Amino acid sequence: MIYIELFIEFFKIGLFTFGGGYAMIPLMTNTIANNQWITPDEFTQVIAIAEMTPGPIAVNSATFVGQKVAGVGGSLAATLGVAMPSLLLILFISKVFFAYNSHPLMKSIFKGIRPIVAGLVLAAGLSIGKTVMITETSPVLALNYVTIISFGILGLVLIKKKMHPVLLILMAACIGSVSYII
Amino acid sequence: MSIYISLFKTFFKIGAFTFGGGYAMIPLIEEEIVDKKGWIEREEIMDLFAIAQSIPGAIAINTATLVGYKKAGKRGGICATFGVILPSFIIISIIAAFFASFAHLPLVHAIFMGINGAVVLLILKAALKMTRLAVVDVLSGLSMLMTVLMILFTSINPIIMILAGASIGLIRYFIEKKA
Repeated sequence: MIYIELFIEFFKIGLFTFGGGYAMIPLMTNTIANNQWITPDEFTQVIAIAEMTPGPIAVNSATFVGQKVAGVGGSLAATLGVAMPSLLLILFISKVFFAYNSHPLMKSIFKGIRPIVAGLVLAAGLSIGKTVMITETSPVLALNYVTIISFGILGLVLIKKKMHPVLLILMAACIGSVSYII
Repeated sequence: MSIYISLFKTFFKIGAFTFGGGYAMIPLIEEEIVDKKGWIEREEIMDLFAIAQSIPGAIAINTATLVGYKKAGKRGGICATFGVILPSFIIISIIAAFFASFAHLPLVHAIFMGINGAVVLLILKAALKMTRLAVVDVLSGLSMLMTVLMILFTSINPIIMILAGASIGLIRYFIEKKA
């Protein structure tokens, strides 16, 4: 049943996310590709909307993917799935966890996990970048110039100064609209 | 007002007014929980944030559950968690329901072509920030490089890579302990 599938997949995503919202993106990319729930392009839209709307990115994207796959029941299953590991871990084993949280063994394990998560997020950024910037590879390479220009301009802006993600996305939306008018 | 309703309402407000995910929530949580409600001491909230970042799951959910649990036990944890989730759930459900009907419009398509550039940028920026914290020696640098290559060129499940990272940490601990 699709609801149970969504719940289980998002439960796994919640359980293996270390370091919050962005760390969840590579796990979701993998799950979505395996189940062919939505296309990579649609998933990029989901991330964009999850960024622009209030609330945790993880919850927003889980709700959105669930809704796209199986309506309101689907969004409920995915959202509960992604939140459940946190809830269970904290409510039932947090006492044990807090006692050992600062133990050198735990610290060493997290030290081992951190570069992996960084690598996963970098790989997700690169493969999503490839999906949205290159529309076709054969017979000739076709590029999405609007996306590339937006990436380039905003990248320069971001190097110069700090900017809130929502503002950055709004600026990108303006670049997109201008391209439509031209 | 019972503490449960109070926890639910406070975290509902936090969920409804923070843009940009977990880290963006931290100042608002401090203001509501420490300054206004006085539920948790300022020093203690920093510890809770640290714990929220080290356990699996979304940081916002972890923080909500931790604060609720500290303040009013298991039921408190559940109320705070549902409070922080509900605004997202309502807002996204509405957007997702309407999005399909205008996603195919050429203007919307063009807008998203621009937005996609920003999304990639934000993910790469997050990766860069994580790299600075995570890559501290040769071993961590190699782990990261291997992860990128494995993910880009094979169809390995990311969970396997995370478990591999945990194993490296485990082995390293025992080797360093022996030495």
